[in-house]
Amino acid sequence: MFPGKVILSGDEAVAYGAYAASVALGSGYPGTPSTEILETLSRIGGRAEWAPNEKVALEVGIGVSFAGGRSIVTMKHVGVNVAADPLFTLAYTGVTGGLVLVSADDPGLASSQNEQDNRNYAKAAKLLMLEPSDSQEAYDFTVLAFELSEKFDIPVLLRMTTRVCHSQGVVNLWKERENAREIPYEKNVHKRVMVPAFAKGAHVKLENIMKEIEAFAETSALEDVKKGSPELGIICSGVAYQHVCEAAPEASVLKLGLTWPLPKKKIAAFAASVKRCIVVEEGDRFLADAIASAGIPVEPKPDSLLFGELDVTRVRKQIRRDETPDPAPKAGRAPQLCPGCPHRKSFETLRDLGCIVSGDIGCYTLGTLPPFSAMDMCVCMGASIGVGLGLRHTLKETDARRVVSVIGDSTFLHSGLTGIVEMVYNRPATGHLVVILDNSTTAMTGLQENPSTGRHLNLDPAYPVDLAAVCKALGVDHVDTVDTTLETERFRELVKERLASNGVNVIIAKRPCILQMKKLAKLAKKESVK
Amino acid sequence: MSAELVNVVFAGIGGQGIILASDMLTEAAFKSGYDVKKSELHGMSQRGGSVSSDVRFGTKVWSPMVPRGEADYLVVLSEDQVEVCGDMLKPGGVLLTPSLLGDYNPGRSLNIAMLGALNAHLRFPEELWVELIRDKFKGELADANIEAFRKGAAGVK
Repeated sequence: MFPGKVILSGDEAVAYGAYAASVALGSGYPGTPSTEILETLSRIGGRAEWAPNEKVALEVGIGVSFAGGRSIVTMKHVGVNVAADPLFTLAYTGVTGGLVLVSADDPGLASSQNEQDNRNYAKAAKLLMLEPSDSQEAYDFTVLAFELSEKFDIPVLLRMTTRVCHSQGVVNLWKERENAREIPYEKNVHKRVMVPAFAKGAHVKLENIMKEIEAFAETSALEDVKKGSPELGIICSGVAYQHVCEAAPEASVLKLGLTWPLPKKKIAAFAASVKRCIVVEEGDRFLADAIASAGIPVEPKPDSLLFGELDVTRVRKQIRRDETPDPAPKAGRAPQLCPGCPHRKSFETLRDLGCIVSGDIGCYTLGTLPPFSAMDMCVCMGASIGVGLGLRHTLKETDARRVVSVIGDSTFLHSGLTGIVEMVYNRPATGHLVVILDNSTTAMTGLQENPSTGRHLNLDPAYPVDLAAVCKALGVDHVDTVDTTLETERFRELVKERLASNGVNVIIAKRPCILQMKKLAKLAKKESVK
Repeated sequence: MSAELVNVVFAGIGGQGIILASDMLTEAAFKSGYDVKKSELHGMSQRGGSVSSDVRFGTKVWSPMVPRGEADYLVVLSEDQVEVCGDMLKPGGVLLTPSLLGDYNPGRSLNIAMLGALNAHLRFPEELWVELIRDKFKGELADANIEAFRKGAAGVK
């Protein structure tokens, strides 16, 4: 077992907590700042897998739960949008083995396309939500989350943010790994088949469960009250608590750990105990709105704090009601495609051919920046193909012929397959060209494996999904595989030819990421030593 | 060393070993019995962009992030980052840049040499650093980094 105190990031602490809780399987899709959870779980002896996308990951987790095992499902905030369909109905079915969904939000957009506040999912889908404020709580709350999930027959949303996920702190690993319970399978269609007749009853049950959890929250010790000055009281959760304690050491503080459903009576009592009660939170005015709607008078944050992440300075400003704009951060060096990156020649070619490029999420989104300036749009995972098709349908012919969708290998398997189906089904008059930038890894998040790399998360061999064969089988007219670094001219001619045709075509620009090659070389060296 | 709260910010470019250096300082503070927190941003910053990492240690650390203008030490591995991160330093705070290494070029061990320079101020025991370096590097690489650490420490008078 893992004795005593160690230094862990919040992500690592979640993995240790899940391991101690005898999780049967961790599933997820890589996404900053969540990625290290499953990598750590696998490293310390747990079973962890990368799924093709977050929806599949959650569905696998649901199956584990229905089979009686505990599961943890990890993703970044936008991944929960992908998994939202099973999530909302999972709240109705409830669980058998505990199920914990980790949402790693990114206020401040360190590495994301938006800064959505996923606490709203707890309210919308009716989930029990826990919010750790540091690495120790990330560990403690993960252990607790499985117990609460089973106790209340409900999935638990463990809501983290960048600074909880990626900050390191001292963690006391206090729990020995428990023995996994064996729960014999029992068929229960009322619980697990969500047809209208059964789902009606499940919804009523869920609303009752939320009331039970609220009653539990009133009596549990999941919040922390710091008795300070009666002049100023601060309600907060997550990393905001750390900033608050530093910014206002004299204040009374109510830190909430269980943040949905809220312990309203406790909050009301705290608010009544101080002269001025403010809510300090990152993201939306989630707590402030919920507390205000319960009729408890609190002071929400100003509009200026709806953006970006909090820090001690910004919390101090909120306390003194200072709404002057924050100083603009000085621009550092922008990230860029690595020297020797296979995407470089691909983007140079598309730029030189004057293409309108519908882009996607990955390292290659950096193709937007000079000297490439070869990406015109990027919305979400997998959007490149659908958006490209919409452009083709709408632009005048000369422009439509310039449209190319580019998508990475992992992103393609995440949510590009249905885009190809759309392309062969609703063919634009000018056809379309999709370039799959296949660098044989999920590079941006730190070189994770995916279903086409031939390796599992733990690097054991896996069946490699053949992207070209998939595209052909779906009905794409021509599928070509090119190394754009070694065969730049061939790639250029092929793109020109495909854009001139009315066919629906795919070019796979295949060459491994240079960082991935280094990783594999290191691995091979290790293997040969063995 | 008595430490109410010590704030260190490391800054440089992706690939220079900023994260490793801040990890090692975190370990050094932890093994010396301090509460410690470290924070940085991963992700896009790994692709050759600006990288910075905050380490805070003392009797009790709250926020994982060093507030702007409150760093006791700013350790910069790439001189152009002084312009970007200079305002992290508190008035009277200590700026450490590779220029203080003089003619000595530690090559890839720049991060470790700068840790040596930082430790000339922090004064954690050298044996602790040697142990941490041997933990992270093997064989000749460890020896080279121990030498870089010592030369970095000697560079600060």
